[in-house]
Amino acid sequence: MLMLVCPYCGVTAEETEFAPGGEAHLSRVGPDGSDEAFEAYLFARANPKGVHLERWRHAYGCGKWFLAARCTATLEVFGTYPAQSKGPPPAVLDRIADRRGAGAAARVGRGAPDAS
Amino acid sequence: MRLETGGRLIDRTRPLRFRFDDRWMTGLAGDTLASALIGQGRILMGRSFKYHRPRGPVAAGLEEPNALVTLGTGARAEPNVRATQTELFQGLRADSQNRWPSLAFDLMAANDLVSRFLPAGFYYKTFIRPRAAWKHLFEPAIRRAAGLGPAPKAADPDRYDQVYAFCDVLVAGGGVAGLAAALAAARTGARVMLFEQAPHWGGRAPVDGGTVAGGDPAGWVAAAVAELAAMPDVTLRTRATVAAVHDHGYVLVEERLTDHLGGGPGPRRRLWRIRAGRVVNACGAFERPLAFPGNDRPGVMLASALRDYVVNWAVAPGPAAVVVTNNDDAYRTALALRRAGISVPVIADARPAADGPLPQAARAAGIRVATGTGIAGTVGRGRVVAVQLCDAGGGGHVTETIPCDAVAMSGGWSPAVHLWSQPGGRLRWDEAGAMFVPDPDHPPTGAAGEPIVTCAGAAAGALRLPDCIASGARAGDPAAAAPPAEAEAEAPLLPVWVMPSGAGPRKRAKMWLDFQNDVKVSDVELAAREGYRSVEHTKRYTTLGMATDQGKLSNVNGLAVLAQALDEAIPRVGTTTFRPPFVPVTIGALAGEARGAVFQPLRRTPLHDWHAAHGAVWEPVGLWRRPYCYPRANESRADAVAREVLNTRRALGLLDASTLGKIVVKGPDAGRFLDMIYTGAMSSLPVGRCRYGLLCNEQGFLIDDGVVARLAEDTWLCHTTSGGADRIHVWMEDWLQTEWWNWRVFTLNLTEQLAQIAVVGPHARKALEALGGMDVSKAALPFMHWAEGTLAGIPARVFRISFSGELSYEVAVPADRGVELWERLVAAGGPLGVMPYGTEALHVMRAEKGFIMIGDETDGTVIPQDLGLGWAISARKPDYLGKRGQMRPALADPDRWRLVGLMTLDGSVIPEGAYAVGAGRNANGQTATEGRVTSTYFSPTLNRGIALGLIRRGPERMGEVLTFAAEGRRVQARIVSPVFHDPEGKAQDV
Repeated sequence: MLMLVCPYCGVTAEETEFAPGGEAHLSRVGPDGSDEAFEAYLFARANPKGVHLERWRHAYGCGKWFLAARCTATLEVFGTYPAQSKGPPPAVLDRIADRRGAGAAARVGRGAPDAS
Repeated sequence: MRLETGGRLIDRTRPLRFRFDDRWMTGLAGDTLASALIGQGRILMGRSFKYHRPRGPVAAGLEEPNALVTLGTGARAEPNVRATQTELFQGLRADSQNRWPSLAFDLMAANDLVSRFLPAGFYYKTFIRPRAAWKHLFEPAIRRAAGLGPAPKAADPDRYDQVYAFCDVLVAGGGVAGLAAALAAARTGARVMLFEQAPHWGGRAPVDGGTVAGGDPAGWVAAAVAELAAMPDVTLRTRATVAAVHDHGYVLVEERLTDHLGGGPGPRRRLWRIRAGRVVNACGAFERPLAFPGNDRPGVMLASALRDYVVNWAVAPGPAAVVVTNNDDAYRTALALRRAGISVPVIADARPAADGPLPQAARAAGIRVATGTGIAGTVGRGRVVAVQLCDAGGGGHVTETIPCDAVAMSGGWSPAVHLWSQPGGRLRWDEAGAMFVPDPDHPPTGAAGEPIVTCAGAAAGALRLPDCIASGARAGDPAAAAPPAEAEAEAPLLPVWVMPSGAGPRKRAKMWLDFQNDVKVSDVELAAREGYRSVEHTKRYTTLGMATDQGKLSNVNGLAVLAQALDEAIPRVGTTTFRPPFVPVTIGALAGEARGAVFQPLRRTPLHDWHAAHGAVWEPVGLWRRPYCYPRANESRADAVAREVLNTRRALGLLDASTLGKIVVKGPDAGRFLDMIYTGAMSSLPVGRCRYGLLCNEQGFLIDDGVVARLAEDTWLCHTTSGGADRIHVWMEDWLQTEWWNWRVFTLNLTEQLAQIAVVGPHARKALEALGGMDVSKAALPFMHWAEGTLAGIPARVFRISFSGELSYEVAVPADRGVELWERLVAAGGPLGVMPYGTEALHVMRAEKGFIMIGDETDGTVIPQDLGLGWAISARKPDYLGKRGQMRPALADPDRWRLVGLMTLDGSVIPEGAYAVGAGRNANGQTATEGRVTSTYFSPTLNRGIALGLIRRGPERMGEVLTFAAEGRRVQARIVSPVFHDPEGKAQDV
């Protein structure tokens, strides 16, 4: 059972206090999207053995969605960050680079976090 | 037999009476059930799983595979309890398992005579055809013949406690390594928890000898426990087994509180749920059996186990025991037996030479040591009476037969790595010890990638006492100094996986690897021949290491045999996965107090007590309880439902609609947001009006529905289904927080803040007018409008919406005023013929009107267009959730099953879930179908059966008669409009 830190309320809590929400940073495909793009949006998931960015909700806490960078093989958590982000923040990417190498960080890095 | 002297754990002044099967016997305080039985001359304790061979104890602790009994009777009966771990108490009752009619005479043992025809995987090959016979004939017969003890049928009367705890260092195992680790860690000021599965501290050291701190290990153990007990931040528990180490240092420990007393006040067991900073695995090691022919005969046991029985409990199967080994440690057993007055006719050592201090001591004690010698077979019915010696490297030619009452076997030791491996620690093969040991370079890791488990003592492969205790101290604190300890030096062991190594197929078919599951050397070799190269597949094909064994005794021998058969190195074959729990944990402890009424929360509406007082029978709706109907005296449920329906259609009905979801959506961007969430346009809804809305997921499938009311320019109230309120609120928040996070919208789930009462029927208006306070006339409050005011002095919001087709008002008031409003309505409605109605009448009335129900007409594959709800989709909106999904070709297929009404030709009610029989056969060769029934009721209004269904091209086929099949019968029904009652909608718009 994982331990995660909710980046909103700062609480470190048991996995049972959270609800998982699948892969993070998916881009929604609307009515204008091609069949291929829409199929990828609905069904294609990364499912890596290694560093993964995923959605979690503090279901039995503050109710907020947040994102986590986690190793699916060892369950190491590199950091959690707000859902209102286009990609992992530099501190999380640095941690991934430190623990898993620059390549792993580059693979999941998607530019600077969105402040809007 | 009980020896005249000795037994460090027993109290000869306290005899205890106990019953095994039909016989009362006497043991001593401190005995286990197994030691007491051996003391009474009983070594036959069980029957094997498959062949029903007679079995005695092989071990003396938690790894015991054979001596499984059912403890207690009736509701308190517990099957598959290891007799070797069961502490004796006055009046204990145990029954043997898996035998009929009795343990000594088991008719199922006929399986053994045909064992040649029951090899590994026999049931996969034998019972293939006819297919139906598997379910009805073969499987029930096999399950009867093969099995462990049956679970009790009655509810468990015992209570189980659960406790949450935190510590810096959790030590699993209270042997010398665990004690040294706990002491070293506690001396640094860490919060330490130390758990020992046995009732006493010290593990093997007090039995095995050597010295610690210049004295008997037992003395050091007592001093260490005393020092730990005096420390404030140390928790010590015996009879507490660390069952599992999960992710991020989450540890489960099962503590036995009253089992050893035969019950008592308070909870029977306690489940500790602990977050540990780190775990020290000091669970010791398991001795390995040797695979020689007839090694499963009762009386053959592990050398360490026989040593335990003699030293701890002063019992032995008989006055003579042969030792067979590939290592020096087993000589300790020979010496202990000799000291206890038991003769050791021979030590058969597979190694070519045995010249270490322990073999020399044995020779000095006058014990014959036969090197290069193995066992070709055992002799005896029901128990061993002799062994046949042979050349360990030969084919099994018998050189000598030696009478004996027991055989003490040792094939080396396997560290108990379970708690290391469960959370992901890797192993490496230690060639010298012929064992898998924890690989310190690949520990299991925690949330920050830090190592969370350290192995200490025998669990780390440090088998000798000085290494063991030093490794324990280091695991507790790297800077700690270990207490000085001494033990005899030991010469290397010789790996022996099959004895004798040149044995032919007939002998290999009598060499047991897994005693509990009846897996022999020949079975693993067969699996290899048949292409099972992965150890995980071989395990499942042969059942090696399944059930309670979980790799404790059988693992390394089994995979070594597999490696030989595959001509691979053992580390390349690898081990099976170590999964929790380490030992079986009773389900009651895992459940704790979460059973019966407190299994899950119960949600009650503000009117719950009124319903209960007025005879409601309940229907669970999610966690809610809603009245299904209110039967009167001598009234059946069906009659009550019919009465409630007819009364509501003719006079006045009241429904508790408080469970309906009520989500407020507010903010400058709320309209834009709702236009995305709903398929219809909500931003264009005028203040004061209501509109029916549909919610779809991104696939396009319908997930919820409900009426939306616009409360103010920037505020909407969204009604959801009763089961959908929490889910839809989460759904809305998901999109707001993660997709459109710069939209200015707030949501609030008000479901429990409001009591909502539907006032339904031709007299509904009169009832509200009798309460007074609001103009509810058609002019002031037309259909699909809402108004705010006070009714009978209670602040209320009144919605003119209808789920029954009748004149209907849904009145929402603060939750704490709900009962007051309801009782006022009951009083005012008296002269109007008011009756409450339940969920079933609600369902019948909505079906009579063709209104869909989420979960009946929808199942996650249905789009609004299938249900004739295209009118609730805004074609003008460029986007909404599900729009792109609904554009997929399969969802636009004209052949889709679509909603229609169904009327049986004979007026009967179609069975639920009935399928419409189509022409021909489908791709699987089954009868083709072209639709199914989604809702089916007896309609009191029409006085006949009605149904809604999804039928291929349904709306285009009005009047056609279809055949429906379900529950073994066929019914003909005509396709009709789904609106059975008042198709013009006159009744609701008055």
